[in-house]
Amino acid sequence: MQPFVKLTGLVAPVDRVNVDTDAIIPKQFLKRIERSGFGQFLFYEWRWDEKGNEIPEFSLNQQRYQGASVLISRANFGCGSSREHAPWAILDYGFRCVIAPSFADIFYNNCFKNGILPIKLSEEQVDDLFRRTEANEGYELTVDLENKTVTDKLGLSISFDLDEHRRQFLLQGLDDIGLTLKHEDAIAAYEAKRAAAGY
Amino acid sequence: MFEKIWNNHVIVAEEGKPSILYIDLHLVHEVTSPQAFEGLRLSGRKVRRPDLTFATMDHNVPTKDRFNIADPISKQQVDTLTKNALEFGVKLYDLNTIDQGVVHVMGPELGLTHPGKTIVCGDSHTSTHGAFGALAFGIGTSEVEHVLATQCLQQAKPKTMEVRFVGKRPAGITAKDLILGLIAKYGTDFATGYVVEYTGEAIRSLSMEERMTVCNMSIEAGARAGMIAPDETTFNYLRGREYAPQGAEFDRAVERWKALRTDEGAAFDKVVEFDVDTLVPQVTWGTSPGMGTDITGSVPVPERLPTENERKAAAAALEYMGLKPGTPMTEIPIDYVFIGSCTNGRIEDLRAAASVAKGYKVNPNVTAIVVPGSGRVKLQAEKEGLDKIFVEAGFEWRDAGCSMCLAMNPDVLQPGQRCASTSNRNFEGRQGRGGRTHLVSPEMAAAAAIAGKFVDVRHWEFKSEVTA
Ligand code: SF4
Repeated sequence: MQPFVKLTGLVAPVDRVNVDTDAIIPKQFLKRIERSGFGQFLFYEWRWDEKGNEIPEFSLNQQRYQGASVLISRANFGCGSSREHAPWAILDYGFRCVIAPSFADIFYNNCFKNGILPIKLSEEQVDDLFRRTEANEGYELTVDLENKTVTDKLGLSISFDLDEHRRQFLLQGLDDIGLTLKHEDAIAAYEAKRAAAGY
Repeated sequence: MFEKIWNNHVIVAEEGKPSILYIDLHLVHEVTSPQAFEGLRLSGRKVRRPDLTFATMDHNVPTKDRFNIADPISKQQVDTLTKNALEFGVKLYDLNTIDQGVVHVMGPELGLTHPGKTIVCGDSHTSTHGAFGALAFGIGTSEVEHVLATQCLQQAKPKTMEVRFVGKRPAGITAKDLILGLIAKYGTDFATGYVVEYTGEAIRSLSMEERMTVCNMSIEAGARAGMIAPDETTFNYLRGREYAPQGAEFDRAVERWKALRTDEGAAFDKVVEFDVDTLVPQVTWGTSPGMGTDITGSVPVPERLPTENERKAAAAALEYMGLKPGTPMTEIPIDYVFIGSCTNGRIEDLRAAASVAKGYKVNPNVTAIVVPGSGRVKLQAEKEGLDKIFVEAGFEWRDAGCSMCLAMNPDVLQPGQRCASTSNRNFEGRQGRGGRTHLVSPEMAAAAAIAGKFVDVRHWEFKSEVTA
């Protein structure tokens, strides 16, 4: 997995609460058996109409947000299914960081497995980011995972909270299967104990 | 209860790190597993415990002419699972077996789901299995690979919440109404980060299948998992099932399972109460499972909602749903009815729907399909003659699968079509692009099919009883 240390990038807004995984990546695109290539389908039904024409009002279709790597959205982002295709699509599209007031559990967890940093900020802080993004074309944020800060060039500086283990995990781009397998002896002992107890 | 199961399964707990949790049962389906098996292959790893891993195919399966998967990408996904199961030695219930079905219907049916187990699946509705007093939750594909390789997961300990159902369930109110009502009241994220335990007389008196309906939708409240303490209902359901302990061993297991019950006065991080005495049948009006109301109510007026975000969300939802604020729920005409899914595709659900449908005809403006949750449910329904009742009434009787719950197979709504659905999600496009989903119970769905619009099933005139 690609580590996440520090990122400065263009911010794109998706101004909706409860953005669900069906919206992030509709099911007709879950049939692929690869991990890559999902970015073209991100927010598919918000980006393209039924005839395949671009919907110009949708933020990601606007010129000013092309090339964005930080996504800001509203509460309960990523609710719905466990599909890891959602973070795969977000990553493949070019986002490395998602900022929202809250995230659904499984989605939040899936982000870390893919080198995406989900940041929880307060409703007020997120509101402020929406306002700044709207007001300043080319608005960029710098996300620094070492120091757990989000800053912009206009003087904004916010620190955010993150579980220390998760932080290390992203900073180092660890392979967690490998980490678990280091405990092979403990796992085998547990299995032996259970087998001896008869279940 | 949660605490006990958690402690029984923690292998390694180090300060400041997630615990390593042992997994007793891993269920696998075709959509979220291909990349996990591929990961194993690339790293030269094996499936550690193929004997604890069970697979089926459900999401892509056509419910008509099931062996003929027309979509080549769907077919490839199904074939990939067959290939992977064979290569890695995982037991697969494929389309040729009677046990094939929606993964969360199949598992309990086979007796794979036991109290006290840790159960995972690359599917958010794994919460269904919590109905047995198991700790069951959905995981992403990376974690599927993790469990395949190690039979363990790294998990931070979640917080616990008691959801206490207060009062007695009124006649005509289903398990679906309990959970829809709860989510309509508290929203789709009130349980985020928590493992929920459902308690109260209204829960105790539910059948095993009804408990599964409640736990199934825990994820729609944001919960990591939903659980119900095991009791005689649970044990009676499990007795004699293929993968349940047999004979004297079963009795020993029951003793163990009884010890899982939540201790009197156990502390939860949070307690939520929900009154059921005055509950009425529920219907959703919007594009999130929390956007629901009473059948006696009406479509909300967005301007009257308390917060700016709610007003915006409701207005967007009503636009998508093609609904006018203030319309009584009973005046919303429908085009389609879907009865099925891991929420409401079990035999009791089909019995309930059949008893409403018996002696009636589906409204000519409505297409109605009944999709059993598994091959076994289908067989049982046919033994009881439910299929005939449905077909005579004008419902289509289909083969088992997820079907229009998420429409990855050919069962898809056309843009603008409005569906009364017994599934669990009414997200935009869930049942097909532009499709409009209203979540209801099987009884409400069957009644809507006949009336051509939503009706209050409490006043339904049953033509005759359908008995098991
Ligand atoms: S029936 Fe619906 S919710 Fe259940 S597993 Fe299938 S797609 Fe998911």
